[in-house]
Amino acid sequence: MSLLELDDVKVHFPVKKGLFFDRTVGHVYAVDGVSLSIEAGQTYGLVGESGCGKTTLGRAVLRLNDITDGGVVFDGTDLAKLPGEEMRAFRRRLQMVFQDPLGSLNPRQNIESILSEGMAAHGIGKDQAERREKIKDILAKVGLPSNAMSRYPHEFSGGQRQRIGIARALVLEPDVIICDEPVSALDVSVQAQVINLLEELQESLGLTYLVIAHDLAVVRHISDVIGVMYLGGLVEEAPSDALYAGPRHPYTKALMSAVPVPDPEVEDRRERILLHGDLPSPANPPAGCRFHTRCPWVQETKCATERPPLLDTGDGHKVACHFTAEIEAGTVKQTLATGIEAVTGTETVAAEAEEVSEGETAAEPEAAAPEKEEAPGKEEPATVPAQADAAKTADAAKADRAEDSPKA
Amino acid sequence: MTILTNKADKIDRLAELTQSSEAVTGTSLWREAFRRMRSSKMAIIGAVIIGAFVLIAVVGPMVAPHGATAQNWRSEVFPNQGKFVGMRGENWFGLDHLGRDMFSRWLVGARQTLLVGVVSMLIGLIVGALVGVLSGAAATLGGKAGQRVDTVIMRFTDIMLSLPSLLLAVSIAAVLGQSLTTVMIAVGVVQIPIFARLLRGSMLVQGGADYVLAAKSVGIRRKRIVLTQILPNSLSPVIVQATLSLATAIIEAAALSYLGLGNPDPAVPEWGVMLSQAQRFFDNEPMMAAYPAIGIIITALGFTLLGEAMREALDPKLRG
Repeated sequence: MSLLELDDVKVHFPVKKGLFFDRTVGHVYAVDGVSLSIEAGQTYGLVGESGCGKTTLGRAVLRLNDITDGGVVFDGTDLAKLPGEEMRAFRRRLQMVFQDPLGSLNPRQNIESILSEGMAAHGIGKDQAERREKIKDILAKVGLPSNAMSRYPHEFSGGQRQRIGIARALVLEPDVIICDEPVSALDVSVQAQVINLLEELQESLGLTYLVIAHDLAVVRHISDVIGVMYLGGLVEEAPSDALYAGPRHPYTKALMSAVPVPDPEVEDRRERILLHGDLPSPANPPAGCRFHTRCPWVQETKCATERPPLLDTGDGHKVACHFTAEIEAGTVKQTLATGIEAVTGTETVAAEAEEVSEGETAAEPEAAAPEKEEAPGKEEPATVPAQADAAKTADAAKADRAEDSPKA
Repeated sequence: MTILTNKADKIDRLAELTQSSEAVTGTSLWREAFRRMRSSKMAIIGAVIIGAFVLIAVVGPMVAPHGATAQNWRSEVFPNQGKFVGMRGENWFGLDHLGRDMFSRWLVGARQTLLVGVVSMLIGLIVGALVGVLSGAAATLGGKAGQRVDTVIMRFTDIMLSLPSLLLAVSIAAVLGQSLTTVMIAVGVVQIPIFARLLRGSMLVQGGADYVLAAKSVGIRRKRIVLTQILPNSLSPVIVQATLSLATAIIEAAALSYLGLGNPDPAVPEWGVMLSQAQRFFDNEPMMAAYPAIGIIITALGFTLLGEAMREALDPKLRG
């Protein structure tokens, strides 16, 4: 029995309209049927591009969002059906670290007050003096001096603030910590600090993590198991190394191919899979496989009509694709060009299943041959128009941006 | 620097590097805003003006040389011809049409004006803030029923806001009858929807902040979140508005007095009343109107300057 088990979790936000009375005119399918399980002491990494629902899923576990359907079973209790007050009590054991370290700390409270409030709410510690001792303890654990207690969030640096955020979670002695983009707002040197801290705390306190991130390097470093999300659903789940060694879902392949290699020669020869079009709106997701509108391997059968389940393809490597085996074996052809088309009409290209010339069908990055130099996909990304830019996996670019703007 | 072998050591080292362990006291945002205001010229000028105004209002009537109602008839005063004495001898601002010392009246009028301004602002602030908290709290944590409460309250404030403020004040003053209390209530009521909307809006913005989500995830009860997290962070625009609306309140009270809806006792001077009395003699004796007018303008300016300076000092985006 896993510590935390998500069973077909759905989070749909109603879209309301109306002059006097709100009418529900539709739903945003932010999370649409995600099942996963996390073993105690493990780190589960959740990756996906922005808007795929990974943050919503993380919040749904804590019931910070309403869960439309499905179950969140934590240590044998289904949190999705707990009444408010019982859920509040359970929150002690499930904590969260937020993306924006400053925004997640109340600017008008000092650190002692921020950290002790949760303890008071759960009746941890008899009085403030006892809580204060405990806070000192935890502050030392996250590498902050005890004199931090009387200070305010704006008086700390970005990395320190995030450590305060971690301390806030830790004072409640949780079993599971959900880290929602824990380092994406920090600069790279500080990122390493915080990641190391999280790992060290996991070792010493036996914590279980659900790490939500878009930075593939961070996730790979910290996770035991990685789940890849696309438009509200998991498309692939595998042990960390296996996923990076051999992604099997077309989306994951594209995602991985967006990670630059720190060797200019390899980088030049490397084939990149560039996806067409934008992430479809979660308010009106495509029928069948959510990815079929952008998938380079989309087939005429099944893809547009039947949603593929997440199936184990061996060694705990789960993939949600009708044609996993065929793509691996190379028996299905790539039907959509993976390069960048003309500047105009990028949105429509994806719909027109276009046959590509024989020379461009090779899918494996290793198969990248010199003659591919002419393939449109090889073009300098800097010249790519904005919408095409958004079409490729934005994650690598985002990581770069985070590095360019140190916040210390 | 020694080579650090394990992560725990590294983290201890981190604590040493990031801060000395000497005792420090943090600076809260309020204190920092105060510190910023002290270095702002606008705030200092505003504070000096307000300080002077309050001093005049408190001490003025005690030191007024002639009393506000005593008539000092002189041969030069010809009320029917609208001729008065200017600044002459012991009557600094001259005498009005009834031979009363204008300077003394001006000093006593300052107290009345301050009283009307502060009391009516407080009426607007207290009632408006209560309505705003109710509405904001209902909207942030009340679910469906709460949202309905919020909608009803807000539509009501919309109606109040859609009426021109002076017209509303005049109607209220007209219905309640002519008295000083009426003026205060009328001017105060006009401010209620402004404060209510402002606080509610501010609470809704803060309600969506990450730290509120964090407080929820830590397990703090919803009522406590509203009181300890959302409300303290929503107050700054309301405080700024309170300062700014003192200026408006003084002007509107003067306007009501000018329209004859103020204190019915003509013996009690108030800057607005003085202004309306001076109107009849404006052609010959413009200074009679100028004194109370300058008083109103400078006071309103003082409150506006202070309010604007506060807005800047409390703006979280300018936080260093």
